Amino acid sequence: MRDFSYLRASTLDEARQAVLQAGASILAGGTTLIDLAKCGVAEPETVVDISHLEGLSGIEVTPQSVTIGALSRMSDVADHSGIQAEMPAVSESLLLAASAQLRNMATIGGNVMQRTRCPYFRDPGTFPACNKRNPGSGCSALGGITRNHAVLGTSEHCLASNPGDLAVALVAFDAVVDLGSRRVPFDEFFLLPGDTPDRETVLQPGEMIIGLSIPKSAAAKNSTYLKVRDRQSYEFAAASAAVGLELEDDGRTVRDIRVGLGGVATKPWRARAVEQALIGKVLDDATIKAASLLAMEGAVAQSDNTYKIDLVPRVVARAIETVSTDKSGGLA
Amino acid sequence: MTRTIHLNLDINGKGYDLDVEPRVTLLDALRDHLVLTGTKKGCDQGQCGACTCHVDGRRVLSCLTLAAQVEGRQVETIEGLSGADGTLHAVQAAFLEQDAFQCGYCTPGQIMSAVACIREGHAGSDAEIREYMSGNLCRCGAYNSIVAAVRQAAQAVVPATKEMADA
Repeated sequence: MRDFSYLRASTLDEARQAVLQAGASILAGGTTLIDLAKCGVAEPETVVDISHLEGLSGIEVTPQSVTIGALSRMSDVADHSGIQAEMPAVSESLLLAASAQLRNMATIGGNVMQRTRCPYFRDPGTFPACNKRNPGSGCSALGGITRNHAVLGTSEHCLASNPGDLAVALVAFDAVVDLGSRRVPFDEFFLLPGDTPDRETVLQPGEMIIGLSIPKSAAAKNSTYLKVRDRQSYEFAAASAAVGLELEDDGRTVRDIRVGLGGVATKPWRARAVEQALIGKVLDDATIKAASLLAMEGAVAQSDNTYKIDLVPRVVARAIETVSTDKSGGLA
Repeated sequence: MTRTIHLNLDINGKGYDLDVEPRVTLLDALRDHLVLTGTKKGCDQGQCGACTCHVDGRRVLSCLTLAAQVEGRQVETIEGLSGADGTLHAVQAAFLEQDAFQCGYCTPGQIMSAVACIREGHAGSDAEIREYMSGNLCRCGAYNSIVAAVRQAAQAVVPATKEMADA
């Protein structure tokens, strides 16, 4: 790890000024930045430690929404009873992510900003070509081992998948990113790789995430996060889905449904085609299965990740069945 | 150019002064600068859990924590776990009794993680122990005995805590 200077910010303004300097990086929980510095991917000149700033780690449940300070730890958000009651998928997505130690360290702002686990991105010594690290250098994943690369939102310049779990729930339930001077809908916060995969979000220099706001909804209240992976614990998603469902008063017809996808796309993915196909419909197995296939609309698989094309609709269908199962145990 | 910074760290209730480069992790500060070598370096990339310590009472990975970040916080390592007279912590005793290791390299991290796991209330069943201990890898594969040790220690620790509360 290359040496850097360390600045402990005592106010938000001081932090914002400091990160405007060339080569400055924000340090919060450290689970991404220190890791990537050790890999040689991040080479900060100055590390601006914001983890001691006060007033950015609160969690508040209001009648309209849940707001989460950027420095809240993953474990605090996961264990918050108000969040568990109002939006279980948010809590579940965090509990199924990382390990207990990492959840105690990683902040919510940092969790949103975590970088891809693409092994080519993470290994600059062996793979100099990476358009995300070094624009214009090429993509080592193309023609490489791509089992865990994205099938949605890719370009000829980048296949790297967004590894987030929480982000899948946030995109499903219309979270808003609070940057202090402006608020950005979560779905618009992330950029598709296109021909500039080095640009991942709309964040401008000097901007940082202050917090998140997630509107309450009946769909969020009746929600689940399903994560399928190679190991039962402590592993990134092969495919995941955050699903929330609200039924009409008849208890059978879909009034509102949200479907977010993880482990399969270059950014946290909203499967709006699945949602549109189900709104106004009476749920049964055949309807759920047919709609779930639409999750893979526009998907482009590589040689090693074609399994995701089959897996994702099954994950979506199972998650929908979970939230549509009424208290008597059958489909609603 | 080597830039060093002066730190005063609170480790196991004792103050330590040291001068380190800003990039020095808590793990390297403990092992190389303070010769508290009970905390182990496994992967050094936040994946194996061998370096698990407590900061302000919560289990974290010292390999992904800068030493500079924990100035002003309370750090606890495996060296701080046993009593002043050398009496083993209930989790340490349970690891010995259940033979919950082979080579022993991951053990300090396993024990620090287990102490926190029990304190968090996440040792209620074998399945819960397996889930909440998943951040600690054991290359020898002593997992069954580790789960047994955590289960035994949880049963020893929880009644003791209750007795104290009742007293």
